[in-house]
Amino acid sequence: MTLAAANAALLWAALTTYAVLAGADFGGGVWDLLASGPRAAQQRRAVAEAMGPVWEANHVWLIFLVVGFFTAFPPAFAVLALALYLPLTLALVGIILRGAAFAFRAHGAEAEGASRWGLVFGSASLLAPFFLGAAAADVAAGHVHANGRPAGVFEGWATPEALLIGLLAVSLCAYLAATYLLVETADRPDLQADFRRRALGAGALAGVLAIATLALARSQAPRLFETLTGNGLPLLVLAILNGGVALWTVWRTRPRVARAAVIAQVVLVIWAWPLGQWPYLVPPDLTVAGSAAPSQALQAMLVVTGVGMALLAPSLWYLFHVFKGRLPQA
Amino acid sequence: MNNVTLARATMGTSLGFHIVFAVLGVGLPLLMFVAEGLWLWRRDPGWLELARRWSKAFGILFAVGAVSGTALSFELGLLWPGFMAFSGSIIGLPFSAEGFAFFLEAVFLALYLYGWDRLSPVAHWLTSIPIAVSGAASSLFVVMANAWMNSPAGFHLDAAGKLVSVDPLAAALNPSTATEDPHMLVSAYVVTGFLVAAVYAAGMLRGRTDLHHRRGLALGMAMAAPAIALAGITGDSSARFIYQAQPVKFAAMEGLYQTQRGAPIHLGGIPSDSQHRVLFAIEIPYGLSLLAAFDPNAQVQGLDSYPPDLRPNPVVVHLSFDTMAGLGTLLGLLALGFWILVVRGRRLPLQRRLLWALVVAGPAAAVTMEAGWFVTEFGRQPWIVYGLIRTSQAATSAPALGATFGVFLAIYALLALTSARLLLRLARGARQAGA
Repeated sequence: MTLAAANAALLWAALTTYAVLAGADFGGGVWDLLASGPRAAQQRRAVAEAMGPVWEANHVWLIFLVVGFFTAFPPAFAVLALALYLPLTLALVGIILRGAAFAFRAHGAEAEGASRWGLVFGSASLLAPFFLGAAAADVAAGHVHANGRPAGVFEGWATPEALLIGLLAVSLCAYLAATYLLVETADRPDLQADFRRRALGAGALAGVLAIATLALARSQAPRLFETLTGNGLPLLVLAILNGGVALWTVWRTRPRVARAAVIAQVVLVIWAWPLGQWPYLVPPDLTVAGSAAPSQALQAMLVVTGVGMALLAPSLWYLFHVFKGRLPQA
Repeated sequence: MNNVTLARATMGTSLGFHIVFAVLGVGLPLLMFVAEGLWLWRRDPGWLELARRWSKAFGILFAVGAVSGTALSFELGLLWPGFMAFSGSIIGLPFSAEGFAFFLEAVFLALYLYGWDRLSPVAHWLTSIPIAVSGAASSLFVVMANAWMNSPAGFHLDAAGKLVSVDPLAAALNPSTATEDPHMLVSAYVVTGFLVAAVYAAGMLRGRTDLHHRRGLALGMAMAAPAIALAGITGDSSARFIYQAQPVKFAAMEGLYQTQRGAPIHLGGIPSDSQHRVLFAIEIPYGLSLLAAFDPNAQVQGLDSYPPDLRPNPVVVHLSFDTMAGLGTLLGLLALGFWILVVRGRRLPLQRRLLWALVVAGPAAAVTMEAGWFVTEFGRQPWIVYGLIRTSQAATSAPALGATFGVFLAIYALLALTSARLLLRLARGARQAGA
């Protein structure tokens, strides 16, 4: 593997980790927004308790991704920043408001304004995955050109497939969150039943949106369709098979198996993308090799990551051990 | 407004907002470490109460700092794609290292905030160490990238100006790092110390002179006093480095137009490009040459030796510099006076006038630091990378920058007001608890 490919794989691993961990936190916001029924307050509390200790650490994967991207592939980063200015800025607005609102509600706003910030927390949790998903779709569909200059506000990124994949991203986040909450609420059967229904709904919606995306890509976005049905096909087939398994395990209320299956679903979808568009980083103009930084920077990136992970991995293990260990005694 | 102005306004607002939360993220964990340590040592629950109060405030501050810091990492590319396309690989190393430092800070902060009942007291206290260390390390790493923009190093270009090789370590340890990094780190402790002291001084002015408030004030000032002294020393070496490395920035800081030996210092006043001098200033003859090179006859380059389009705006830079140096001196005198009164009286001084001064000193310390960043950033103009890339060439050509600037302004205003309100409520709670 070349240095450039190693860096690309590293960034994709960070993206995957971010999606699996922080995606569920955004999904938690969705369920906060949609909390309903006699146990609405308990649903919100379950979301807040699950997210509280981990969301900030989960969030840092995004920063690592951004920083690693501009270190290892600066020209591609600049091209994306220019072409996708608006969707990325809107995702950023969602990220800022989501995090701030969660903290305001958790650490301060006990007496007043809690529900107002709760509303901000929930709606901002929709913005970030929607626009990050849309931006990713634009890259995969080949809408981002190296010398392109955005002429209009919505031009070049607000395509039907981008909007559809944005919705798919939101539904996957909600699916992840509801499935994780099955595990977290194992000792409260009524609450677990609430999240089981929600997981089934979000999972079914994600499946419908995924099929719609494929159909749309086939007729409207040939590059996206090629990406998904080319080198990415094996993973796509696995994803479709696994999708059924995941839904079935949620249906049967097997929380831990379901959690693993839904994580696998997200991992398969995210890795089908780079395999499908290899050797391109930002098709059709920029390849992984062609947009890579000078080799010393790529080496430094791997060294820093190695040293950093040596410190981080045990710390993260300790964090999840303390707060997500089996049957935590709160 | 054009895109360059809008991009600068957005970036400046984001940085100016984030830095206040960031410095508290560096300083507060150290205070929490000391207070909780005193509790473990003395078994006096008052110290624990102090650490717990600060950790609640820190929960809010860190979250807002984290999301505004995320905004900055995005905005580097979103607002300055031309800058990042060139610089990303060169200054990526400190940014990646900062990413991991931030990671560790987030992990151990979560253990600290949510772990009061899950960890043993000693284990809980120990988690504050990585928070304090990685908070400080984050600031050092990020400022390395800013230092590189002032004295770019660690890369080679071919004849066509294309980047052919980089030396990330040399870029991170560029010449400005040695002076910028220490100055920023101690400034973080200055701002934290004075802001913490200001909260308790305000409580004391309302009659809450209980032990809780006296301890909070004392710990804040114990951090502020040595830090402000060190800020003076590191700031002085920073200015002398700029005299060597960025003479045009130095000339703008001092409002010096003509290159001369035995240059005077201008205190205050408004530099006038049309009259080539500083109007309404107090002049100290030979002062500048003495400060810059310890030699009253040292030559100092003036603004006039540079073409107008290569000079920073001397009005902004000079006034910012004088604000920083002036307020910094006053803060130093205040801290010195405070501790003299403590030593003489063998107890905390509670004179109302002194308490009022301490209340004002908190925000003043933040203003001092912001003014310092104005000097660094406005003083580097018209360059985004000194001598290499102009700011105007680096800005994005994306549409709707005006609208997004408005959105960010509104968000930062909302976050600032809400954080302030929640922190004040926490402080009020502290007064009641301490009564």
